[in-house]
Amino acid sequence: MLETIFKGSKSYWTLVTILAGLIAVGAIFYIKQLQVGLGITGMSRDVSWGFYIAQLTFLVGVAAGGVMLVLPYYLHNYKKFGKITILGEFLAIASIIMCLLFVMVDLGQPARALNLWLHPTLHSVLFWDSLVLFGYLFLNLLVGWTVLDCERNAVPPPKWIKPFIYLSIPFAFGIHTVTAFLYCGLPGRHFWLTAVLAPRFLASAFAAGPAFVIILCLILKKYTKFNAGKDAVQALSRIITYALLANIFLFLCEVFVAMYSQMPSHMVHLQYLFFGLHGHNALVPYMWAAMTMMAVAIFMLLVPSVRKNESYLAIACVLTFVGIWIDKGLGMITGGFVPNPLHQVTEYMPTFPELMISIGIYSIGGLILTFLFKMAVSVREEVSQDL
Amino acid sequence: MKNSRRKFLKIAGATAAGLGLSTTAIKALESTTAEPPRAPDPHAAPAVDTIKMGKPVIDETAPVADVKKNPPPSKAKQWAMVVDTRQFKSSKDLEPVVNACNKIHNIPSLNKKHEIKWIWEEEYKHLFPSLETKFLAEEVKHRPFPALCNHCENPPCVRACPTQATFKRKDGIVLMDFHRCIGCRFCMAACPYGARSFNYVDPRPNIEEFNPQFPTRTKGVVEKCNFCAERLAKGQWPACVEASNGAITFGDLDDPDSDVRKVLKNNFSVRRNVSLGTEPSVYYII
Ligand code: SF4
Ligand code: SF4
Repeated sequence: MLETIFKGSKSYWTLVTILAGLIAVGAIFYIKQLQVGLGITGMSRDVSWGFYIAQLTFLVGVAAGGVMLVLPYYLHNYKKFGKITILGEFLAIASIIMCLLFVMVDLGQPARALNLWLHPTLHSVLFWDSLVLFGYLFLNLLVGWTVLDCERNAVPPPKWIKPFIYLSIPFAFGIHTVTAFLYCGLPGRHFWLTAVLAPRFLASAFAAGPAFVIILCLILKKYTKFNAGKDAVQALSRIITYALLANIFLFLCEVFVAMYSQMPSHMVHLQYLFFGLHGHNALVPYMWAAMTMMAVAIFMLLVPSVRKNESYLAIACVLTFVGIWIDKGLGMITGGFVPNPLHQVTEYMPTFPELMISIGIYSIGGLILTFLFKMAVSVREEVSQDL
Repeated sequence: MKNSRRKFLKIAGATAAGLGLSTTAIKALESTTAEPPRAPDPHAAPAVDTIKMGKPVIDETAPVADVKKNPPPSKAKQWAMVVDTRQFKSSKDLEPVVNACNKIHNIPSLNKKHEIKWIWEEEYKHLFPSLETKFLAEEVKHRPFPALCNHCENPPCVRACPTQATFKRKDGIVLMDFHRCIGCRFCMAACPYGARSFNYVDPRPNIEEFNPQFPTRTKGVVEKCNFCAERLAKGQWPACVEASNGAITFGDLDDPDSDVRKVLKNNFSVRRNVSLGTEPSVYYII
């Protein structure tokens, strides 16, 4: 099937070239980071995780979100998703690879990364996170490839693949739960120290992942012969609605506990994020923007006539995706570090090199996704011609 | 890199027992004793158990060791520190203590964002945010307090580290293996006392006065106070203790006759945020 990625239209090659260019730029900045150290980022002694780890958190969610396509089809026999489960699986593959790259660029000593497995440490959540991430990557590669190959040969998928498909479902929940456990088990970081963190991560993941799939489906429909079908897209939009509502609900539970209890250690991070602390308010506009986007998206999704219009739906999906990205990819990690345990405020903003390296990684993910989707679309086109 | 590690091990010589920088050395040592491995049982509360009947009564009048004359005890179950903050009147009193550490440990001077700190000055309200009082005595408010790693009995940093590059030794010291650390900084997120620093840039060009007796670090690894494990191994007191003019007492928390226990018995002391269950081993007399 790989050969299909070498045959494409002009716009396909333009996209590939742009992504390759961005990857090259990112690589140059990464080489600089290897030479100078993580000092070229905005991270500091107080805010020791920044944009990279936040992207990891967000993308684990996008990867896990793919399960919202797999689960209805395989567990509930919801046939309309038959055509798009492959998109969910391929999106998961690209996302997990980006996650692993974001971990790599965040390491101070990337050459020693293998120490993670040379000295397996069962009491470290990071060890388990690496296991579930690689496990989920492997499962999606296996399932995605096998199913697509069978589709090409017009045969039903082999029986032995079924257990792997079923296994990928708990793994999807697992990757995001374990990623939440990275943060929520740390004493003294009260912003994360909440049992609701993992459920909230999952809720936002099940909104952001499918929202991205809808956007992709609409793009594919416009530029290729691949049509996911109206019903599948509408079903997805209902999943997003519920998930986004759950995400906001859990967030408001958080806000209630912090604000009603009036315990400073719980309130202070929310105060910093939404109102600023001692004159430090770098993230305030972003957080309000995120909340506004999610609120508008919910209203758009809740009204059936709006949701059924695919151009409005596209807007709602973009708002959902970007809103969750800001919330998780900007606020969630920094918010936990400000103020520090000594109640001092050091602010964080990613630097230009940091952003370029991140764009480079997103471009790698974009390129992988482009290739995988190209493969899926070509196979579909082939099959439909044969018929 | 390999070379500097080896040199350092040589300097420490036969007393490698105290050296935190080579886990292999420590593992080898551990295997020769029958004692349980280094992970501590947080609920064991050994300090209380050992005072139980049958033990000799503590002589409260006995003076604590004069660090200028006597060497520190050769071993301990949980090294601990008691800081008599009353003896630090102004930053001038604390400065030599901080400088002594900085100098022997090759601590670079860097900007605020990238700085490396093992022991440093803090105000009361930052060191003890959970013990804040609205109207703190003026003198305490302005008193300089030393902040450093607490060598927690139940250290969350050790729990979080995925490579055991940071680990708790049998004598209670929480150490770093600079050669194993991958620089993931999970330990920094896990430490609730802000005790850890990361080498965001190469520290070597920024070391003012190089001490060949202690290894320099490379960029991309985490570091923190090591209770002067390298000095204890040679029968020397921690540098800060030595420079403190008696304001800092050091000893075995588990030994009811130790200097720290004597001082603690006679003075009211506090520890930093104890509600987290980390059991800090640095005590402060206010
Ligand atoms: S003070 Fe921080 S670095 Fe030191 S042992 Fe405790 S948790 Fe670890
Ligand atoms: S930065 Fe180093 S010491 Fe800290 S958790 Fe990671 S590997 Fe362990």
